[in-house]
Amino acid sequence: MSKILDGLKYSESHEWVKVEGNIAVVGVSDFAQKEMGDITYVDMPEVDDEVSAGEEFGALESVKASSELISPVSGKVVEVNGELEDAPEKVNEDAYAAWIIKVEMADASELDALMDAAGYKAQIGE
Amino acid sequence: MSEIEIPLGELQRTCLYDAHVALGAKMSPFAGFMMPIQYEGIVAEHNAVRQKAGMFDVSHMGEIFVEGPDAEAFVNYIFTNEVRGMAPGKVLYGMMCYPDGGTVDDLLVYKEFQADHFLLVVNAANIAKDFAWIQEQVKGFDCQVRNESADWGQIALQGPEAEKCLVAVLGYKEASALGFYEFCDVEYKGKRLILSRTGYTGEDGFELYTTPENIVEIWDLFVKAGVAPCGLGCRDTLRFEAGLPLYGDELSPEISPVMAGLGMFCKYEKDFVGKDALLDQKAGNLKRKLVGIEIADKAIPRAGYPVETAEGKEVGVVTTGYHSISLDKSICFALVDKDFAALDTPLCIRIRKKVFPGKVVKKRFYQTNYKK
Repeated sequence: MSKILDGLKYSESHEWVKVEGNIAVVGVSDFAQKEMGDITYVDMPEVDDEVSAGEEFGALESVKASSELISPVSGKVVEVNGELEDAPEKVNEDAYAAWIIKVEMADASELDALMDAAGYKAQIGE
Repeated sequence: MSEIEIPLGELQRTCLYDAHVALGAKMSPFAGFMMPIQYEGIVAEHNAVRQKAGMFDVSHMGEIFVEGPDAEAFVNYIFTNEVRGMAPGKVLYGMMCYPDGGTVDDLLVYKEFQADHFLLVVNAANIAKDFAWIQEQVKGFDCQVRNESADWGQIALQGPEAEKCLVAVLGYKEASALGFYEFCDVEYKGKRLILSRTGYTGEDGFELYTTPENIVEIWDLFVKAGVAPCGLGCRDTLRFEAGLPLYGDELSPEISPVMAGLGMFCKYEKDFVGKDALLDQKAGNLKRKLVGIEIADKAIPRAGYPVETAEGKEVGVVTTGYHSISLDKSICFALVDKDFAALDTPLCIRIRKKVFPGKVVKKRFYQTNYKK
């Protein structure tokens, strides 16, 4: 069983969003990290990069596979989790503590397109 | 995260399918078969083979037998390496090529103990294609070819402790006398068992061929003896570090042995299919060459990523790449324009939106540990 936190928003492509005012904190779900296996590298954008909802903003890499990270919201990257550069395994250890980027949202109504915990639980079917 | 692909279509199972499922393997389609990708994890399995011993189900590989008065002449005609004068019990690596030099497959040729008998071991994905090619070429030669792929199971036992494990579990002391690329015939439960000191990992080890029923029993004995079952995931990371090509990535109808840097397995003192084209390429008439590239970053160069010069000109493409488990470096094989193939040539790899500088290095990234 994968862990799903209440109070977060989830995308179909397994990213989570925690809303803090106008800032969206973005990571990947516990289900996603389990599917990937041992994560060896997190490819992240840089501060001030623009991201768009539904578009790639980086990638997770395991030994075998690379998986794109899709931004759930549009806006400007205000912070990236530099800790993951040297310790990508933190995503495996606790996917909800290991946030990846913080985005200053350009359009908070984009959040309405995301799922709540119950909706995401239904999607992954566990 | 992008979508996870769901496999479709008819997939074959090897004789060890139930054993993999019982061991909790993550199964995935490969070369038309449902195969184990990993059990405990790619890194743990990779390290088991480098440090102790691990075993792979390679029952999906193809076994094609060639027999008859012209068997030697025929195998020599379709195979790039030189089989004349091979002693019984010897194994040779080489390729079959098309007339234009493109690769039909890479394979092992076994010189059997019976006169005029050869065994060809080919890649699973190519069994049907290879057998059709061989049947086409054999016309005019006095020999028979038989595809017995479905009748044989195969286990690869690999790692520095492989010999110790093999002798401890099965008792065949004659295995210790085998040098690298030598084999012997023994019996298990009254059936032929081929013990071949070969492999695809860069370590010492054996490949065992026998009936599917025997393979299931032998696998079980090795499991009980504590040999780590290993999936195709680490088979790829291991062979890659050892500088060994994978058909489909580093060899193909478009990639000849000469382009892939495997000219040492092509012998020109004989006539064989593709000889003229390969000689022409060897003389410098080729566009691309396979190289190793190392980049100074943890980002991973994957198959299909473009190779560029510092000025941003695209000069090649990655064929296989990893962050190497044994060497802790990001390295890859890449096919590049021949003008950029010299050692130490600076080349960059475009990984998604970023460009990572690196340079051409030797393809054998890992110091192999074969039995002398």
